[in-house]
Amino acid sequence: MSDSVARRAVYTAIGVLILAMMLFPVYWMVNASLQPSGNTLTAGFLPLDPTFAGYRRALSEQGHNLVTSVIIATGTVVLCLLISAPCAYALSQFRSRWVSIGLLAILVSQMIPGIVIANALYTAYEKIGLLNSIPGLILANCSSGIPFAILILRSFMLSLPASLVEAARVDGAGLVRAFVAIVLPISKNSLITAGLFTFLFSWSDFLFALTLTTKGGVRPVTLGIYQYLGTQVQNWNAVMATAVLSAIPAIVLLIAAQKYIAAGALGGAVK
Amino acid sequence: MVHAPTLTPTTEESGPQPVRRARLRRRRGEELTKVLFVAPAALAMLALFGYPVVKNLLMSVQDYTLRTFFTGQAPWVGLRNYTTVVKDHLFSQAMVNTALFTIGSIAFQFGIGLALALFFRRRFPLGGVLRSLLLLPWLLPLIVSSATWRSILEQDSGILNRTLMGLGIVNDPVPWLNSPSVALIAVIGVNIWIGIPFNVTLLYSGLAEIPVELYEAGQLDGATGWRGFRYITWPNLRAVASVLLVLGVVYTIKVLDIILGLTGGGPANATQTLATQSYQRSFVDFKFGQGAALSNILIAISLAFAILYLRTTRRAVDE
Repeated sequence: MSDSVARRAVYTAIGVLILAMMLFPVYWMVNASLQPSGNTLTAGFLPLDPTFAGYRRALSEQGHNLVTSVIIATGTVVLCLLISAPCAYALSQFRSRWVSIGLLAILVSQMIPGIVIANALYTAYEKIGLLNSIPGLILANCSSGIPFAILILRSFMLSLPASLVEAARVDGAGLVRAFVAIVLPISKNSLITAGLFTFLFSWSDFLFALTLTTKGGVRPVTLGIYQYLGTQVQNWNAVMATAVLSAIPAIVLLIAAQKYIAAGALGGAVK
Repeated sequence: MVHAPTLTPTTEESGPQPVRRARLRRRRGEELTKVLFVAPAALAMLALFGYPVVKNLLMSVQDYTLRTFFTGQAPWVGLRNYTTVVKDHLFSQAMVNTALFTIGSIAFQFGIGLALALFFRRRFPLGGVLRSLLLLPWLLPLIVSSATWRSILEQDSGILNRTLMGLGIVNDPVPWLNSPSVALIAVIGVNIWIGIPFNVTLLYSGLAEIPVELYEAGQLDGATGWRGFRYITWPNLRAVASVLLVLGVVYTIKVLDIILGLTGGGPANATQTLATQSYQRSFVDFKFGQGAALSNILIAISLAFAILYLRTTRRAVDE
């Protein structure tokens, strides 16, 4: 089954065409962010006369919200990995009937709509004073990060040979030391992958930002975009500039995670 | 599993008393360590999923409103919240919209996703790179996609209407997000765009699992082209496909960001779904009891599909 060179070139051309159609909105977002007037009525297909006025405005009005989003997403990654990594190891290596119960709970948790979590957290946060707070949003974002990180890390740790940890145990290392000194370093790539996805989830969070903040103090950039949509739709270049800035983590993940997923697979193949 | 070594002494373990005690202590310490590995995650899952589910069940049978925060009073009202939300004139419309949104989204996401996965299975230069770049729409924050599509779909200045009019396909600008008869179609269209990459990725990995030998054997029997798809590809893809479809329902039925960002449920409630209704009851009207009742109806529907999902995965594993 060897396709001729010409036929493969045609496939590549069709593939490029499909990609161009699928990514047109992303291109349009960048194009609109660079248009001078801010009015898409006059926007051409190419930003022939690019201006960064939209970005200047986005940074001055949304810069603070971007920083808030970075803090929340970073905090969520740290908390999620601290909680998920030991649990993923336990679910991959320990023999117990609780393992399948734990996995079932993680599966079922995916069926719970975010609005249910927001509803309950709002009333609880109101009592304990976590509304409009960064820790409150970090905790809420863990609801998407923890189950996902556990599943990713567990599937990697399932492939760890038991002899690795046993060797360390024979040398007198306790369970915790073996985990920290051996399992975590080997799992580096899967930790990075889980961390990148968790960062992206909480960076993208809109529902918790919308429901668990009631005044302006703590406002992630997703909420900033939403408020733009309510009030600023005459200034599309500032809205789209903010959208482009908010898309950066997705683009970084697309490039970085590719590398780490590939590296992890290669490492597994070599050993 | 916890064993009690002192009750079943082997020759190895029946050493002098202090050694046995030390060994037992170490064993107990180890069991405790194992518990500590899982405890933070278990607590987090209880706080972030267990508590909300129980709390929603309780709130749905209480008169839980903004007043509750000041008075601390949330009187029990039985099933009154449920009858209120179901009798509301918007409920049937929200149900129909939820069904149309879910079925429309999934049918096209899956159909287009399958076509693209089959295309990208061919080997050609840049194929892998193009396929991974295709993931971008799925990775973007939903509110970013909503904002971008809002600008594209704008009635007077949006690029879609300008292109359609320029090509002579329509004479007047289409009020994509401003007309009750078109808005739901537009919102479904955007959601299809967001979901295609995920479907392509899962279906592609499903296709990659099908052994090449099957096709080689099939070729001898004349199973190529459509017949190859009908008798080799589809039967082998069915397990992945059914899991994907059920996952799709569970994720799509609760979508909120896209609808709020594009239309806010309007115009004239044309894009209200159970999820947006639940959000409005709780966080716009501050009737948390009614919002909880609606989201419990949402959970019940999801749960029906969750059971279907678990049965499908089990069968997929068994096969």
